[in-house]
Amino acid sequence: MRDMAGLEEGAPLFVQVAERLADEIADGGLLEGEQVPSSNELAAYYRINPATAAKGINMLTDEGLLEKRRGIGMFVAAGAQARLLGERRKRFAERYVEPLIAEASRLGINSDELVTLIREGSTKL
Amino acid sequence: MTPAISVTGLTRRYRGELALNDVTLELEPDSITGLLGRNGAGKTTLLRIIAGHEFPSEGTVSLLGASPVESETALRQMVFVREDQTYPDIKVRQAVQVASWFYPNWNHDLAGALLAEFNLPLNRKVKKLSRGMRSAVGIVIGLAARAEVTLFDEPYAGLDPMARQLFYDRLLADYAEHPRTILLSTHLIDEAAGLFERVVVLDRGQIVLNSDADDLRGAATSVSGPAIAVAEFTAGRSVWNRRRIASQASAVVAGALDETDRARAAALHLSLEPLTLQQVVVQAAGAPADSQQERTSA
Repeated sequence: MRDMAGLEEGAPLFVQVAERLADEIADGGLLEGEQVPSSNELAAYYRINPATAAKGINMLTDEGLLEKRRGIGMFVAAGAQARLLGERRKRFAERYVEPLIAEASRLGINSDELVTLIREGSTKL
Repeated sequence: MTPAISVTGLTRRYRGELALNDVTLELEPDSITGLLGRNGAGKTTLLRIIAGHEFPSEGTVSLLGASPVESETALRQMVFVREDQTYPDIKVRQAVQVASWFYPNWNHDLAGALLAEFNLPLNRKVKKLSRGMRSAVGIVIGLAARAEVTLFDEPYAGLDPMARQLFYDRLLADYAEHPRTILLSTHLIDEAAGLFERVVVLDRGQIVLNSDADDLRGAATSVSGPAIAVAEFTAGRSVWNRRRIASQASAVVAGALDETDRARAAALHLSLEPLTLQQVVVQAAGAPADSQQERTSA
């Protein structure tokens, strides 16, 4: 398998490129108003087709997370970080809590024990 | 937009054997397409006909809107790099020079940079080079020609993995700056998959798959776990491949899975693994014709 800087072959590459950019915006690695890499730069970095990289950028543009400045390039839109963090909070329960509860019940851990484990875990952080 | 390459109803017979069977294909300008399939599937025959090196038994070919065997303009805008390309008795320097005279878009700087990166000895006879180095000469010519239509037929016989990586990286970099229509046949699907915008799969002379590359990633899912649970989950779905050992089973189901499917699989203690582009292509091209798809009903 060729090294595509962590992209996986089991899902559309353009979606993964968009997710990586969105994560970077959510984590503050790309600030609002900051220019994002061009599709050619992304293509060279991930070693993928430039059209695939461009499709990832377009996906975020369609969602209003990036905006085009004519003749210059693509920039992180105002409010993008807050929106992405809001969406992540909404998905938190289904992505993390539900699988946690499912696995706990598989192992016979009841909800009181689970709460205790979470409390113990968070004091260590 | 006029397609860069257009073939219609292409059939090629060799002494009664069908090498190509009614192939119709259009490639948009400025795209990279992977031409995939097993040995003897017809990839080389198709490329040779597009390049005008061979005549079809039936059907028509159009290269940049013209017939490749009648238009010199079209031929100068097309470069064809073959597997195990042979050269006359000339030095590397001369082979590259001759190519530079022929191709109007030839770029000397790119040729020079690639010759250096592939460590090609300019004053050695091409015939005296190792197989891998001879492949590298073809790659240098194929890229530096910057031809509107660039055909690569398994261009890297004998090249080591580092040199192949160099080929992929330089191809992408130059394509990004100078888009053109590239058709690349390869067995090394996993390695080259990221390059492709489209994928065409040939099997026994026919196109069995012609798709956007990204649409194939995760287009099928391998489901594995307890045999009873696999049977329950796959009931009513299109199944490509089933395997079983003792009480464990695995099956490949076609089509994307939604959240409900995932939740159900989790409840049944099944693990799901999306198929890679290579795995989807193998499913399309690898299975015997009569067992390619099995439909199970609930």
